Amino acid sequence: MTLATLIVRNVRRQAFRVVLTALGIATIILTFNLIITTVRAWYAGVEASAPNRLITRHAASLSIHLPLSYRDRLAAVNGVTGVTFANWFGGVYRDAKGFFPQFAVDPDSFLDLHPELLVDPDTQQNFLSDRRACLIGRRLADLYGWRVGDAIPLKGTLYPGDWEFVVRGIYRGAEPSVDENWMVIRWDSVNERRRQFDPDRADTVGWYVLRIADPSAAGAVSRAVDDTFANSVAETRTETEQAFQAGFVAMSGSIVRALELLAIVLNGVTLLVLANTLVMAVRERTREWAVLRTLGFERRHLAALITGEALLIAGLGSIAGIAITIPATDLYATLVSTKLGNFFQQLVVYPSTLLLGTLATLITACCAAALPLVTVLRNKVADDLRHIG
Amino acid sequence: MTTPPMIECCHVTKSYVRGDQEIPVLQNFNLSVPVGQFLAIMGPSGSGKTTILNLIAGLDRPTDGTIRAAGIEVSQQRETDLARWRARHVGFIFQFYNLIPVLTAAENVELPLLLTPLSKQERAKRVRAALELVGLGDRLHHYPRQLSGGQEQRVGIARAIVGDPTIFLADEPTGNLDRDAAESVMMLLRRLHQELHKTIVMVTHDPRAAEYAQDILHFDKGKEA
Repeated sequence: MTLATLIVRNVRRQAFRVVLTALGIATIILTFNLIITTVRAWYAGVEASAPNRLITRHAASLSIHLPLSYRDRLAAVNGVTGVTFANWFGGVYRDAKGFFPQFAVDPDSFLDLHPELLVDPDTQQNFLSDRRACLIGRRLADLYGWRVGDAIPLKGTLYPGDWEFVVRGIYRGAEPSVDENWMVIRWDSVNERRRQFDPDRADTVGWYVLRIADPSAAGAVSRAVDDTFANSVAETRTETEQAFQAGFVAMSGSIVRALELLAIVLNGVTLLVLANTLVMAVRERTREWAVLRTLGFERRHLAALITGEALLIAGLGSIAGIAITIPATDLYATLVSTKLGNFFQQLVVYPSTLLLGTLATLITACCAAALPLVTVLRNKVADDLRHIG
Repeated sequence: MTTPPMIECCHVTKSYVRGDQEIPVLQNFNLSVPVGQFLAIMGPSGSGKTTILNLIAGLDRPTDGTIRAAGIEVSQQRETDLARWRARHVGFIFQFYNLIPVLTAAENVELPLLLTPLSKQERAKRVRAALELVGLGDRLHHYPRQLSGGQEQRVGIARAIVGDPTIFLADEPTGNLDRDAAESVMMLLRRLHQELHKTIVMVTHDPRAAEYAQDILHFDKGKEA
């Protein structure tokens, strides 16, 4: 026999109560994992950002476009090895709910600067040779059941009128964090139409994407770019792609922070649930603790017994929580996509999320053990030996 | 040169505070128990008998006075040192047996040995020997609920002797037993005294149990009667 034997036997005394507590902890862990998964999905774009890409946009606002003529001057900035650009198209498919990101891009340079969008050479060639062509992400194609050759009608908002694009390829992301919900169309075909109906805004782009040779020089290159266009009609603001993406997350920062706060509060609930069970279990055995102390058991032994009991119950809850997290996340992702389409690029549970949830629970278990432990140690052995409970 | 007593209480006073009242339990109590003595302390309920045992075992502290037992000044020790000292020197026998209900007889007896560096095999050997000594060699794997009161108390005695302590402190060891079971428990304590020459201090209000002791101290209202 070891102290662990006594811990296990003590936990098994009130099996029903322990099972209920473990299930409560499992539910909390599940919720915690779903929240962290959601928060991480929010930051997926930031995580997917390439360290060697900069974004140059109008200094005043992203809604004000930059001249196409900047392209060559940007390419000439020291440290810049490639330039492409994109416009936000903002079309609507069928109705307002049928929204997904659409970018009008320069096809050749865009694919060159975004190697994480995997397309085979034939697809790339088809995209380059057809002005009505579009590329769509795999998840977007799955959502609407689109296949290569399908025509996608869009109602323009920023670019008024009815549009139709033909799917010439479906890209996959090189990493799970790469957004597979984009629709990429050709800037030249959009610009051509704009020349006819809105010539003042033709030949402009929403933002430039710059590839730099050395990611550690991002700050210096950004300054060099912005200095190039200082005091011009359209001054620029250049930042890393990661900072650019983080800016979008910051727009919904309150929601993300609320979710993060909720995750912390959940650990507080674990603390209360577990502490309640432990306080009851330990109080029921008041006389037994006194007997152990009479036999020569020290404070550290009692600490090991009570903390071990807390960790065992929390561990059981963690195992159950992890076991239900993976299928529950799939269900959650399905429900979210039903309501929000592909709002989140990926609702995937990372091992690090499971580890974080488990560690938080086990640390909370140690805290929960403190209250009954302090009570036991503060009591006089002689008094506890007379305890009737 | 004389051998120092195994237990020595000098001018011990103990009082409890309940609310704003101070309740005296022991008043200027003196006791000297030589090595190898079997002493019974008799007295009515509430006379302070159990308090004496608790003070000797270091489970409580005197309000005043000093207590020496098995070579140390018990009343001056830190909690951790007292726990280690008890594990090595004190075997405690309780009136209500106080076995851990989720452990078998053998596991209950093994508990004090978990605090020693003995190997698993050595512990098992000692546990078996202790249970055979109390006549329960065939009840090793029985849980307390599967034993009679007398058997439970014998397991309690086995738990007290398994670590081969210097002193045995027995608090009403027969208080919860019928006559036959009580006799069998007292025979065991007598064997510990006579064959193993252990120092025993037993608190009881049962004159029949006290007859097994070498000396009897009558006690009432916190003083020797």
